Amino acid sequence: MSVTDVQEAITQAHHDEWARVVASLTRRFGDLDIAEEATADAFATAVARWPADGVPPNPAAWLTTTANHKAIDRIRRESKRDDKQKAAQMLYDDEPPEPLGAVEDERLRLIFTCCHPALAMETRVALTLRMVGGLTVPEIARAFLVQESAMGQRITRAKAKIKAARIPYRVPSVEDLPERVSGVLAVLFLVFNEGYLATGPDTDPVRRELTAEAIRLTRLIRTLMPDDGEVAGLLALMLLIDARRTARVSASGELVPLDEQDRGAWDTALVAEGHRLVRERLASGVAPGRYQILAAINAVHTSVREFRDTDWSQVVALYDQLVRLDPSPIVALNRAVAVAELDGPEVALATVDRLEDTLAGYHAYHVTRADLLRRLGRSQQSRAAYDRAIELAGNTAEIAYLTRRRDQLG
Amino acid sequence: MQYLLSVINDRPDLATSDEQAAIDVFNDQLQADGYWVFAGGLGSPSTATVVDNRGEEPVFTDGPFVESKEFLIGFWVIEAPDLDVALKLATDGSKACQRKVEVRPFL
Repeated sequence: MSVTDVQEAITQAHHDEWARVVASLTRRFGDLDIAEEATADAFATAVARWPADGVPPNPAAWLTTTANHKAIDRIRRESKRDDKQKAAQMLYDDEPPEPLGAVEDERLRLIFTCCHPALAMETRVALTLRMVGGLTVPEIARAFLVQESAMGQRITRAKAKIKAARIPYRVPSVEDLPERVSGVLAVLFLVFNEGYLATGPDTDPVRRELTAEAIRLTRLIRTLMPDDGEVAGLLALMLLIDARRTARVSASGELVPLDEQDRGAWDTALVAEGHRLVRERLASGVAPGRYQILAAINAVHTSVREFRDTDWSQVVALYDQLVRLDPSPIVALNRAVAVAELDGPEVALATVDRLEDTLAGYHAYHVTRADLLRRLGRSQQSRAAYDRAIELAGNTAEIAYLTRRRDQLG
Repeated sequence: MQYLLSVINDRPDLATSDEQAAIDVFNDQLQADGYWVFAGGLGSPSTATVVDNRGEEPVFTDGPFVESKEFLIGFWVIEAPDLDVALKLATDGSKACQRKVEVRPFL
């Protein structure tokens, strides 16, 4: 086996087994910290030994056994130092989780613990990427543009809170499940969005590592909870957005809006998978949640070869459905973009202007206004709106696009 | 595992009679369900006296140790198996007393 083959085997094992090993060790030792460190140790041992010894026939079993030994060594060392620490164990529920239509999997407990509502949103994101995704602390710090030491502290503090406040290691009860699942999905969508519309002057406009990780984790949750409509909806949504990734940024690093994209550059496999999921949800006959509606909107966009063939009345109807679930100004803004195509920019602008009080600090509000004013020939006002949008935008490709659009105004 | 549920007051008035009645119902439920350890309401911060006996002589100061708009007005000590249960009880407690409730574990 070549060195590349071994490296590939390690990367594959890391993708497939990291969360499983962390989850089973957390269960056994009642401590996230020990589970995380021992799992990292086991992978470091694999990196050191597999090139010489060869990849073991069952990498998962090898990693779990090695990690278990590392954890026991660590506990022995620590218990000499501090007996009290050993006594403070995380609580886990021995009851099997209520049937979710999926095989019981330790990784679900891990995901729900990392996304517990008692943790701050940014902490949930960091902890999920570390414990479930297996990203290193420096990788997560880079992804969110914070200092490595600050990110390390955030994760350490979170683990300490989980232990001290006894955040349980279990799948929530059926009664709490919908809300807790939506908390998990919010974490994953946030990771995806930060990858898809990355912020910061020196960052790539699209951070593939974040979008890919978000999709990978959502796929994992989908295998664990195959009957959950919103999980399927979020996965479909991510796939349909990600399918357009290469068409969305031009060679010169400028954002390409939907109406100007080369649809031939879309990833047809991702589009097909996304459409399949959306159809599956429609066929279920269960009322869709937020992510399923958003996925359906993206399915409409990705089902035609030309922008002008888009079925805008269907898009607006789906937004109407979304407004009923989530009457937020951001949903109203996105609906107005579709209304502009159906009823014209004037009608849309009237709606958008009513959102000023709540959205004046949001760049997309000014982007939308600038575009509508441009289409209405109100160049001067459009220019002012572009100026404001550029000021507030954080994505380099979007800033480049908006600047060109502004400079093209007559 | 015990948790302290601190009731944080951010309004000028004390509990209304409706709130007091709801708190009584909540307390009865805590006792019936076996979560109850102890609870109490506190006088306003203006009734506080701070004692500092770290030096040679004890020093008594009139008033709370920090002046703030938000202050502790009461608390529950509960026995709960984990934070999920404690948060659920705090959710009901906050509804009953119509105030924010902070949940903290005892060491």
